[in-house]
Amino acid sequence: MLGNLGRIGPARLFVHFAVLLIVIIWLIPTLGIFVTALRDKDQIVVSGWWTSFSGSSRTIAVRLAGSDKATQDGANYIIKGNVFDGSNNNGSGRVRSFGLRVQEPAAYQAGSQADLGDGESLTINSDGTYLLQRNGAFAADERARRVYLTVATPPEFTRDNYRTVLTGEGIGQSFINSLTVAIPATIIPILIAAFAAYALAWMDFRGRALLIALVVGLIVVPLQMSLIPLLRIYNDIGQVFGVPSKTYPGIWMAHTAFGLPLAIYLLRNYIAGLPKEIIESARVDGASDFDIFVKIILPLSFPALASFAIFQFLWVWNDLLIAMVFLGTDKDHLVLTAALNALLGSRGGNWEILTASAFVTILIPLLVFFGLQRYLVRGLLAGSVKGG
Amino acid sequence: MISQILTAVGAMIFGVAVCAAYFLFSNKLLEIIFPAKEGGDVHRVAVNLRRRGIIRPWLFLGPAVSLLAIYLMYPVVATLILSFYGPDGNQFVGGANYVWAVNDNEFRRSIFNNILWLAVVPAACTFFGLVIAVMTDRIWWGNIAKAVIFMPMAISFVGASVIWKFIYEYRGGTDAQIGLLNAIVQLFGGTPQVWITIPFWNNFFLMIMLIWIQTGFAMVILSAALRGIPEETIEAAVIDGANGWQIFWKIMVPQVWGTIATVWTTITILVLKVFDIVLTMTNGQWDTMVLANLMFNWAFRGFDSGRSAVIALVIMIAVTPIMIWNIRRANAETKGH
Repeated sequence: MLGNLGRIGPARLFVHFAVLLIVIIWLIPTLGIFVTALRDKDQIVVSGWWTSFSGSSRTIAVRLAGSDKATQDGANYIIKGNVFDGSNNNGSGRVRSFGLRVQEPAAYQAGSQADLGDGESLTINSDGTYLLQRNGAFAADERARRVYLTVATPPEFTRDNYRTVLTGEGIGQSFINSLTVAIPATIIPILIAAFAAYALAWMDFRGRALLIALVVGLIVVPLQMSLIPLLRIYNDIGQVFGVPSKTYPGIWMAHTAFGLPLAIYLLRNYIAGLPKEIIESARVDGASDFDIFVKIILPLSFPALASFAIFQFLWVWNDLLIAMVFLGTDKDHLVLTAALNALLGSRGGNWEILTASAFVTILIPLLVFFGLQRYLVRGLLAGSVKGG
Repeated sequence: MISQILTAVGAMIFGVAVCAAYFLFSNKLLEIIFPAKEGGDVHRVAVNLRRRGIIRPWLFLGPAVSLLAIYLMYPVVATLILSFYGPDGNQFVGGANYVWAVNDNEFRRSIFNNILWLAVVPAACTFFGLVIAVMTDRIWWGNIAKAVIFMPMAISFVGASVIWKFIYEYRGGTDAQIGLLNAIVQLFGGTPQVWITIPFWNNFFLMIMLIWIQTGFAMVILSAALRGIPEETIEAAVIDGANGWQIFWKIMVPQVWGTIATVWTTITILVLKVFDIVLTMTNGQWDTMVLANLMFNWAFRGFDSGRSAVIALVIMIAVTPIMIWNIRRANAETKGH
């Protein structure tokens, strides 16, 4: 249908172009951190990540070895060395050109001999080795020479950043913490919501309509309402029983409760739409509601359960607020989002740490997303445009 | 590391098992208390079966209803009460917290910023979502394009903050700009800026992040709605000589109006609760404070439950019309079944 629309206008090419542009704009931010996380940390700060594919070229200032390193070679005195050595540790690469004045940093090609006057000459090769020679002695107090280099660095990628964040920055530990929070906080609400949804869809009891309206209303209640009253309850319980108030069961319950209204609503709509005949004939055969639920409803509701599971998992995995309030910010319990937030504060300029950590946090959601996109979209549509 | 993993797995199994055990055993218990074995007293069996029928819905609903009551309904009442009490929640202070809110500059700034977010983000997401949905439906590689635009939905707000902070990165002096935005500005001869510290405009730099994340959501839902438009209406318009623009505005938009409203309200609710982005990007500095963050600051940094309760109530009041609208729509839908 809409394909026909494409054929009628002269706008077809424009549409392709516009969508391509939008796709690129949408992709570039994420691409930026993917690429940066794989770059050498010294390179990240001197050149934009978009230059890393082509290799980068930069101008650096280097001081050659001083007169104490000079040796006599026949009538000449020479100083040998490598511009990338020792105190000049500016990384590595290949020298493209060099110069003696900051205004002309690329006056000589690498490998050529620069005449410095007074019988002095300098050669810097592309691998960084240099030879400074003079047909006279270097004075002992003579300052070491400063030269300017244009250094080309080839595209260079590394896994070091990931190694650093997974072991050194506690991201590995937080990854496990996040899984510990997210898996039960996905399964438990599904179980509870499915039973409730079945009751609301197929069992007859007083107050059912009111309960459904209540569930729908609670979908939009802002989380902010719950934080302080709940934290008070948690603290009271912790004090009465002498247990910590911030625990995994505590956060599982919080995530379960906050996910429940939407879960019950979505699952009820789905379960209410299942064919009446199946359920009634099972009842006639003497199956109890519990049997019907476990043996008929659960298998038939798989698509709806899967969509909600994906939502709940993504929501729990990506949550920061609930984790900060109900699990706390001590190192042993830090979830990935909270760890990343802490890094943003403490390692704000260390982009190699931040980008690699960010990639670790979004890895699982992206896998879930691309693996189960079909269910995700189905769930979205069931929830938002039912009958629309 | 290994012991950590084992603890985690143990905790997960325990948590899920407790929950499953409840449903299993409560139902078994019900059947034991009210037996309905064949061959017993027929009258008794009938009575027991009826009793089971009355109790069982509540066994099924029990965990859900109690969780909803504790985690969502009680807090509404508790927050309302707390808003009339002092910082530690013990001393009654009347309307003092409300008076404070009205006179507080940061509170007013937050209200202003929230309105700014509400005016821009839902509209932008819905508009871009609709336009992209229409365009991607017309090309053969549209599904790939959709997947890319939908992808940020999977990324956490904190992850998105790292992504966008890197784009807005500013480096002083003669250092090369490694932030994409400043590099582009420099390429066109402009002066690099510390984007997220520019008052007023920095709000928009934060909003762009949420638009980037949420447009995919609007696109997916609107795309489904667009596919539901009867082919004939568009063909008729084509025959009548309508151009693409007219078809979009006069045929497509009116027919998906209901869906547009749904998408708009869903994103509006999200915007009212926006917290992570502001916390990680600016923490409310440079005039970017919003209500959710102000509430968090008063609750967990200023330790004033009264003031934070007032702010939470303001957010609650803002979503109430949407809540009522949702309930009405759901009721109408249920009756239609």
